[in-house]
Amino acid sequence: MLEFFHTLLFSTLEAAPPLVFAAVGASLCERAGVVNVGVEGMMRAGAFAAAAAALVMPTPLGVVVGALAGASLAAVHGLLCIRLRSDQVVSGMALNLVMLALGTFLLEAVFHSSSGSTPITQLSRLSLGSIDAVPLLGALFNHSALTYLAVLAPLLAHWALKHTRWGLRVRAVGEQPQAVAAVGIPVGTLRFSAVLLSGALAGVGGAVLSTATLDHFEHHMPSGLGFMAVAAMVFGRWTPLGAAGAATFFALADSLRIGLASSAPSLAQLVPGGVQLALPYALTLLVLAVQGQRGGAPAALGQSFDLERR
Amino acid sequence: MIALEHISKRFGSCVALDDVSLTLSPGERLAVVGENGAGKSSLMNVLYGLYQPDVGQVRFGGETVRLSSPKDAVRRGIGMVHQHFALVPTLTVAENVMLGHEPLRRGLLDARAAREEVVRAAKAAGFALDPDATVGGLTVGSQQKVEILKALARGAKTLILDEPTAVLTPQEADELFASARALSEQGTSVVLISHKLAEVLAFATRIAVLRRGKLVRADLEPAKTSPAELAALMVGEGVALDVPTGSGVAAGAKEVLRLERLEAKGLARVSLTVRAGEVVGIAGVDGNGQRELAEVLTGARPWTAGTFTLLGQQRSALTPADCHALGIAHVPEDRLRDAVVKDLTVEENVALGRHGAAPNARGPWVDVAGRHANAVTLMEASDVRPREPLLRLGELSGGNQQKLVVGRELQGTPTLVVAVQPTRGLDLLAVAEVRRRLRQVADAGAGVLVVSLDLDEVRALADTIVVLAHGRVTGTFARGEADERELGRRMLAVSA
Repeated sequence: MLEFFHTLLFSTLEAAPPLVFAAVGASLCERAGVVNVGVEGMMRAGAFAAAAAALVMPTPLGVVVGALAGASLAAVHGLLCIRLRSDQVVSGMALNLVMLALGTFLLEAVFHSSSGSTPITQLSRLSLGSIDAVPLLGALFNHSALTYLAVLAPLLAHWALKHTRWGLRVRAVGEQPQAVAAVGIPVGTLRFSAVLLSGALAGVGGAVLSTATLDHFEHHMPSGLGFMAVAAMVFGRWTPLGAAGAATFFALADSLRIGLASSAPSLAQLVPGGVQLALPYALTLLVLAVQGQRGGAPAALGQSFDLERR
Repeated sequence: MIALEHISKRFGSCVALDDVSLTLSPGERLAVVGENGAGKSSLMNVLYGLYQPDVGQVRFGGETVRLSSPKDAVRRGIGMVHQHFALVPTLTVAENVMLGHEPLRRGLLDARAAREEVVRAAKAAGFALDPDATVGGLTVGSQQKVEILKALARGAKTLILDEPTAVLTPQEADELFASARALSEQGTSVVLISHKLAEVLAFATRIAVLRRGKLVRADLEPAKTSPAELAALMVGEGVALDVPTGSGVAAGAKEVLRLERLEAKGLARVSLTVRAGEVVGIAGVDGNGQRELAEVLTGARPWTAGTFTLLGQQRSALTPADCHALGIAHVPEDRLRDAVVKDLTVEENVALGRHGAAPNARGPWVDVAGRHANAVTLMEASDVRPREPLLRLGELSGGNQQKLVVGRELQGTPTLVVAVQPTRGLDLLAVAEVRRRLRQVADAGAGVLVVSLDLDEVRALADTIVVLAHGRVTGTFARGEADERELGRRMLAVSA
């Protein structure tokens, strides 16, 4: 039994970081009033760029490149939504479609493969030798640095929203952009900063998949994790801590599936494999259905800002 | 000393300001009055840096200054409290006040300094405000105080109040003016933009009147003028503004509407009657059940208990279609949401809801000629300008849209009229016109129920005043039976 929980804890800590980074990023973006359903595409950009960059530079630097790739895609989103005032949901979905195709294309063009990129050196794992074997406590170790960063990121984001000038302004601009403009703060620039940060975090989330979880970019990455991150953000009521909590919960559900398969094979045989694979996604749907609509969403979410409109 | 000199401003072919010169001394309380479109707001927007004048200049203590944005104006000590507050409801009072000029300590927000600033500014203005309260949970009156604090915290030496009492109860308005007076005694100049002549006369030390972009008078002393003189200066000589009080309700007039202990979401045990020929005014602070009551009466909200008797018949339910059939006219609070479609033409809007019958239709077909003729007649009768039935409705001014809605709803012979805030945002002439129309249908035998947040309007129009607070009736008074204080107390549901 102890072994089961040990495995469960370990694999949750392995599965959660991509979701946590992406969900925390999405919450910052949407708190500033910009809808971000392009998380999936931004994660894909981060995953590919990190794996490709790590071939020619140390893997940690590759992760940074992944963050930049996510931010660049977010910059396109910002340009469309903030400068050109296009529909924010449509822009996000368009980015997802573009990245779906572009990822596959680049995989073929650069790596001449339809399944995955050339393997890289995986991020090193923090190992404390004999402690790794201690039940439960040991499950906290032998992860990559990104797992520990994923624990820090939501706390940092929460703190930044609460205690920095930027955070106060972001909280204000998502609720009442007119009030922000009225005191002379440029609404567009402020929103752009949140969108870029959100893209960078989604990029890091994607990079976890290709540099820590695996050692290469897989053609289907991030296989819906971006959408799950958006769901986690909604479930977490648009707060970094809530989003991270929900993301961890989804990761736990996934780990539970894997854990059950190894510790209770009879149960796993009873339930068809497809149903097991669909579990986290079904759970996401269930959670959103139970929660109801838009509870806690920023008031000005999705509305482009026009100074002259009243 | 601030001087606006020979200011002119045009928008296209429309002259908003025509050679206006006005001065403002420290500690002065200047009231600027005028009709909608007279140029009050334009003039203040020039002073606040929102508009650049085509001709003329702004001088601060003899120095000519170009105000190219509100930032420049704020730097010169101008603070403006708009009619629509620019506050973030989810943030606290202190966070709202510091937004945009946040005190920092080691790069982080200094919450304590922000709180102290609020406390200090609130003390100077005589406000009781908790800096940690969330703004969304405050009353409208308190939210306005937060707006004033925002201006004071930015070092405002001149405070512009744009129609500040439109949303306040009489008590709140008194408090506001007491604070503004205290500030002016400490040297702050206050400019009051208003069309409520009573408060202008009570508050200002000097009154300036604008009419169609021109300064008519700038030197009126409140002690030496009267509401009648001000109104005449504002609209021009010889324009009738008074509303006839009507013949009163005939002794045996039949009841059009009777509610007894009616319960609905937002309403508790509401009892009231409206008789033929009677204007019943519903007074109350915004959000105390007025909207719910109007919705119940127009079929938009079901009731759960109590009796609802309409034209002598007890009803168990009411739909908007029933209301149409029974002759219940509805002038809704938000016309663009509930009464008209902005992107349709004026004549299509006139036919809206009556599009299935003559003169708008013949059998299954739209009667284009009949509809057009009807629209022309209605625009003539209600003085809607410009008289172009094929114009997109959105291109009419708000006042003309409202006149069109009122005209449409009062066409034919309504039995009951439910009018919510029928004159909000209209100027003196249009207000008088709408009130006259409501009085007219009452005299013709309809029951009229007017919901208004403007107590003066309720008092001017109603034969009977019903006060709502927290969804309950807290008082019913005949005309002249209760003074403003008493009504205000009932509106806040405080016992005398």
